[in-house]
Amino acid sequence: MTIDMTQFYQVFFEESAELLAEMERLLLALDAGAPQKEDLDAIFRTAHSIKGGGSTFGFSEITETAHVLETLLDRLRNGELSLSSEMTDVFLKAVDVIKMQLAGRQTGSSVDEAAVRDICTRLSTLGGREFNASPAAAVPVARRVAFGEGGERIVDPSPEKLFAILSAIEERPAEPAYGLFAESQAPGAQGQSPEPPAPSHPMRRASDAAGAAPARTGRRASDRADGERSSIRVSVEKVDQLINLVGELVITQAMLAEATSRLDAAVHQGLLNRMGQLERNTRALQESVMSIRMMPISFVFSRFPRVVRDLAAKLNKQVELKTVGEGTELDKGLIEKIADPLNHLVRNSLDHGIEPAEKRVAVGKDPKGTITLRAFHQGGSIVVEVADDGAGLNRAKILAKARERGFAVHEDMADKEVWQLIFEPGFSTADAVTDVSGRGVGMDVVRKNVRGMGGNVEIESRPGEGICISIRLPLTLAILDGMSIAVGKEIFIIPLTYIVESLQPAREDLSSVTGRGRLVHVRGEYLPVVPLREVFKIEAAHTDIHQGIMVIVESEGIKVALHVDELVGQHQVVIKSLETNYRKTRGISGATIMGDGKVALIMDVVALARGSYGPLLRAA
Amino acid sequence: MAKTILAVDDSASMRQMLAFTLTDAGYEVVEAVDGEDALEKAKAKPMNLVLTDQNMPRMDGLDLVRALRRLPGYRTAPILILTTEAGEAIKSRGRAVGATGWLVKPFDPQRLLEVVHKVMG
Repeated sequence: MTIDMTQFYQVFFEESAELLAEMERLLLALDAGAPQKEDLDAIFRTAHSIKGGGSTFGFSEITETAHVLETLLDRLRNGELSLSSEMTDVFLKAVDVIKMQLAGRQTGSSVDEAAVRDICTRLSTLGGREFNASPAAAVPVARRVAFGEGGERIVDPSPEKLFAILSAIEERPAEPAYGLFAESQAPGAQGQSPEPPAPSHPMRRASDAAGAAPARTGRRASDRADGERSSIRVSVEKVDQLINLVGELVITQAMLAEATSRLDAAVHQGLLNRMGQLERNTRALQESVMSIRMMPISFVFSRFPRVVRDLAAKLNKQVELKTVGEGTELDKGLIEKIADPLNHLVRNSLDHGIEPAEKRVAVGKDPKGTITLRAFHQGGSIVVEVADDGAGLNRAKILAKARERGFAVHEDMADKEVWQLIFEPGFSTADAVTDVSGRGVGMDVVRKNVRGMGGNVEIESRPGEGICISIRLPLTLAILDGMSIAVGKEIFIIPLTYIVESLQPAREDLSSVTGRGRLVHVRGEYLPVVPLREVFKIEAAHTDIHQGIMVIVESEGIKVALHVDELVGQHQVVIKSLETNYRKTRGISGATIMGDGKVALIMDVVALARGSYGPLLRAA
Repeated sequence: MAKTILAVDDSASMRQMLAFTLTDAGYEVVEAVDGEDALEKAKAKPMNLVLTDQNMPRMDGLDLVRALRRLPGYRTAPILILTTEAGEAIKSRGRAVGATGWLVKPFDPQRLLEVVHKVMG
């Protein structure tokens, strides 16, 4: 029987990626002065598992790197060596190298062999330094093998020699692969496999025989395995297929509900009761299916301790990273897309936000700056915040820059409007362009990416106190809670997340301003009125803005009043892309199929609010 | 009825490999992620064979063998330790806690089935 080992590769790749992330997290959390034995054990075990998997699946180069790493970690956890911050740095680099090697196997990307040799040498050197002090202690792999082989002592662990030795190990005659205690009092005397493994077999015994550390019992550590105790891995395509089908089911259920709603309740009571049950079950099914795609945001947050540590060192700043709400779940698709914008914002905070220690002390602040990553649910959306306690945005500087770039700005602009300027393409207020950030190609891309996810970005900043940038994202990309409204014969969906309130304004609250169209006065604010019949050029029941209803929506801090005929109801709708089924349409973000089978368009509130705001800004 | 094998390893890829190979050979496989998990599963259902990794969080392989041997159903059941070391230390400790035998990692599927057939007769 032959078994194709390649089928197990994917799980190994995923598992190794998780193990490396875990190792990185543990390394970053290590207290260099007094590392906990449990943490060192846990770090050791991650290297050990990668090594084991690598050798089982025939990835000898990964096994080799992991082995050199493991050997050093083993000595560390046994107290033969003491941890230094230099070691942590080298360990983190080793994590990067193994990631690179994994990527090489997984995607065929190029592997920097020099970096691999370099890290192996550095790891060996770190171990070798105290070798002279305690000759009886565990010897780095290369040396120990050399002793075993012929007593030759390798003093110089040069990469070439190390590799020559490691490859020589593989050619050694195999030791017994298994044995049974009951059969033989001399374990290993028998049990030798009768048939030698085929030379082309993907698995090699590699460095394992080179002598891993003696096993120790009673290990206790934070348990990575707990989470996967009863979980299975399913491909994303399968989940998406399920989500699509549930979406169709939701539509069918809505159609049925619509069709049966006209039936006489007295006659069809049984049927109608069951329809109610169907609706509840459909909704529950939909929710649980959607939750399959949900992942905690810790998947993204977990990369930042490393980013902050490396960058802070490079910029010579003292920065502490705090994360709040790592357990907040969001759609897997969003998880993948939010990483880049967050990375940009964190780098900005490090580079431009947090001041150098002496400057902070001069203004009476803690020399150590804090960057906070926070995620939480708010209504139907998820908010991810990047906040720092740095200098904040400089209003005068931004305005000056805006004038320089020819933007229409004035001194009386509200802070919120001023902050939005930094999202304009090519806008950067950094005094110096550093290689960390500040090339002015950032914030507009951040906003573009976030909008692409159906979200928006808001800024709060106080001079001298810091800045908080919040990214607001929909819970999921496939379904939204919407308010259906009627304009003439058409039904539109307004995403509920944007709606502030709906009202019928009193006659005296409406006014016309030359050049600005109409305004409605709502609780002290004058909001521009956007008549949807004009935007979409359709016939409405009410052409007089004194009739009908105003739906106040807010996006990016801009509030406008949408003038509609009537509110129809609130629904959960399945989003169908208009772009793929028809074409991109201004003011419309998508479509959905209503219970009666008719198509309703979903309004792009962000674009509508912006459209009404544009002329306002120019007129000023 | 298919014989049941308990496969214990904290590595998902190793578990998958064990489960696939053994299921393919007609055995029923129960997976466990560490010694404690394995102990619970072994109590819940009688196993015809236990294959356990040595190096695991919470409870390692040797501790698991020791605990299993105290259970009435596992005094004589075959238990194999999967180990990355072929040295005498692990062998003598394995024997001391009452393991049936050992299998050195990495092993290929054929080697695994060979030893499984041998201990299960």
